[in-house]
Amino acid sequence: MGDPAGPRRPYRNVARWIEKTGIDLLNMRREEAEAIFRRIGITFAVYGEGGDPERLIPFDMIPRIFSAAEWRRVSAGVKQRARALNAFLYDIYHRGEIIRAGIIPEHLIYQNEAFLPEMVGVEPPGRVYSHIVGVDIVRTDAEDFLVLEDNCRTPSGVSYMLENREIMMRMFPELFARSNVAPVDTYPDELKKSLAEVAPPACKGDPCIALLTPGPFNSAYYEHSYLADLMGIELVEPGDLFVDEGKVWMRTTRGPQRLDVIYRRIDDDYIDPLAFRSDSMLGVQGLFNAYRAGNVTLCSAPGAGIADDKAIYIFVPDMVRFYLGEEPILKNVQTWRCALDDDRAYVLDNLKDLVVKEVHGSGGYGMLVGPKATKEERRVYAERIKADPDNFIAQPTLNLSTSPTLGEEGLSGRHVDFRPYCLVGADTRLVPGGLTRVALTKGSLVVNSSQGGGVKDTWVLSE
Amino acid sequence: MEHRIRHLSTYSYDPAALRIALRLKLFPVDHEGQQVESWKVTVNDEEVSPLVFSDLGDREALWSSHEAIDRLDIVAEGKIVTRDTAGVVRGLPGNAPPGIFRRVTDLTEADKAIRALIADARQDDRLAMLHGLMGQINERVTYLTGSTSASTSAADALKSGKGVCQDHAHLFIAACRAADIPARYITGYLKPDADSDIEAPAAALQAQGQSQSQSQSQGSDKSDGQSQSQSQESGPLLETHAWGEAWIDGIGWIGFDPSNNVCPTENYVRLCSGLDAVGAAPIRGNVLGETKESLEVSVAIGQSQQ
Repeated sequence: MGDPAGPRRPYRNVARWIEKTGIDLLNMRREEAEAIFRRIGITFAVYGEGGDPERLIPFDMIPRIFSAAEWRRVSAGVKQRARALNAFLYDIYHRGEIIRAGIIPEHLIYQNEAFLPEMVGVEPPGRVYSHIVGVDIVRTDAEDFLVLEDNCRTPSGVSYMLENREIMMRMFPELFARSNVAPVDTYPDELKKSLAEVAPPACKGDPCIALLTPGPFNSAYYEHSYLADLMGIELVEPGDLFVDEGKVWMRTTRGPQRLDVIYRRIDDDYIDPLAFRSDSMLGVQGLFNAYRAGNVTLCSAPGAGIADDKAIYIFVPDMVRFYLGEEPILKNVQTWRCALDDDRAYVLDNLKDLVVKEVHGSGGYGMLVGPKATKEERRVYAERIKADPDNFIAQPTLNLSTSPTLGEEGLSGRHVDFRPYCLVGADTRLVPGGLTRVALTKGSLVVNSSQGGGVKDTWVLSE
Repeated sequence: MEHRIRHLSTYSYDPAALRIALRLKLFPVDHEGQQVESWKVTVNDEEVSPLVFSDLGDREALWSSHEAIDRLDIVAEGKIVTRDTAGVVRGLPGNAPPGIFRRVTDLTEADKAIRALIADARQDDRLAMLHGLMGQINERVTYLTGSTSASTSAADALKSGKGVCQDHAHLFIAACRAADIPARYITGYLKPDADSDIEAPAAALQAQGQSQSQSQSQGSDKSDGQSQSQSQESGPLLETHAWGEAWIDGIGWIGFDPSNNVCPTENYVRLCSGLDAVGAAPIRGNVLGETKESLEVSVAIGQSQQ
């Protein structure tokens, strides 16, 4: 928008609708939408962002739109990446060919906290470790989509994709009648199919699947119950499960029921006090060994998190070439590793132009946005880098694309990013859509909900 | 040499624990220097079989109580034949890349003093270097029962100059890893020699106990295992012992026991391994219910009639 040539093609239909409806009416309808969100209680933070879990994430009513051609590219790129990440996980928990080939230094893997030595040699069904891969994507020009980061553990936020669409359809049915928007409501079915496909080989018939949540106090509990409900599977808490004879059982009113697949939304550290943190009150004793024995499938696999580690991120394009023999469709953002002398020197010389992140940090905390920082802040940060160079990476400040967003004073461009949710079972599946996050503050590049970000519906147009 | 082993761990709970879950790494496996002729593990007379055959070379079993329980008798017993391989351990199952055992844990983090230990050793020949390191540790850290606890790190043990086999093994492993040599922690049994300079087994046993209990109602209210008396079993008493193994390209895994300044002989029986004592704990437990736990362990080893 704001381009002399007018809105980009995919947006023309929506632009006409906005014009016809008028800004005042749209603002009114937004308040209506927020009231609905509040009523149904979608008030959780996106994965790892912290912040107030009861806060409502602002909803922007102008959809973010992909043309069919754009989506083909994004979709192929995301699926390719999800396959490569799973191949990488299989490799490092077996022979470690990518280390032997000299592509990734051994210590970045074996010394990584997210690497689980106890997973070595384990054969997960279908060789899948990360069953739901959330890939955070930004756009910097008309051609390229860049990947900011991968989320291989339990990426959350997919309920926004579903709810945002539902609300938009409820409020503006005539808009959908006119536009050819691909549906996203198949996601729960596709997810359930993917989970069923990775049931232990010994499981005959329909596998019994459950979603394991830490409980109502977790910030994503709403999403857990919502997804379990849509899939028609049990929502269980650790106290509902026990391990006996190496198998996992769910307590039910009709007696114990054997579980085959667990979509777990509890971090590795807390799933089993006999294997990991012994002070975990959330765990199920023996769950990890029941998994290793092949009696139950955990989605995602313990130890999958190493694939989305920031120190590993820079090697994902190499993984695509190494494991798939393909050229990566989606590019990485250029990244300097402060662990390397040359890179570090460059980063320290150019702090005012770079974004510097902690390797193990998340959610936009603990990072330095060079152009926005004061001289003193940069000086202090430089000292931190020098003290522990391995812990930092740096990226250029990106000229992120903007998407038309509704504000009090009308429409204006705001920076957005996008997280599609790729499903990996026997097949790799991607529902045409995802979560678009938008930086509601003018000029801001930070889309995290904990720092003033909002969400939008995401449209993929059919041809 | 033929060993008849009976390793009994008795845990008592007062009041009774509501539920207990155990992870057991009490299953020795065959390698060129050791053959398991017969072996049986029971918990309160119920036989337990391994559930997981890990690629790290160990077997693990699970056991859990179905009702409240005030006493656990965990018995591992059987017959194992060993022969001297100069400490070399070949033919273990599992294909884990040795590089994984360069991974540093909290208990095996090297400080300046540990790095100095390895820097002082000969550098031209890896094997000689590791023998030198073993001797250094034996000299610098006096074996003293009860001088350290299960959570003492390698660095702290070196600083204090006193420790038990767990500390010796941790130090050896930490120094190896600091020199980029893969190394791991071994828990096993040792038939005592007449000239052994190790006195009583109690401290080592406590270190191996590694039982963690917690109370469901009160957060993490830990009561550490207390190891006390020795049993009245017949046969010479033996301890669960600990030592290190280091990887040398071209040779493979080699055991080093800094407590006795020797590479394991036919007197050593290898039970299980890990990145450190926590990973190689033969018994790990999770107890629900507010209870006080006490532990008694005895290991009896008898030499069979030849």
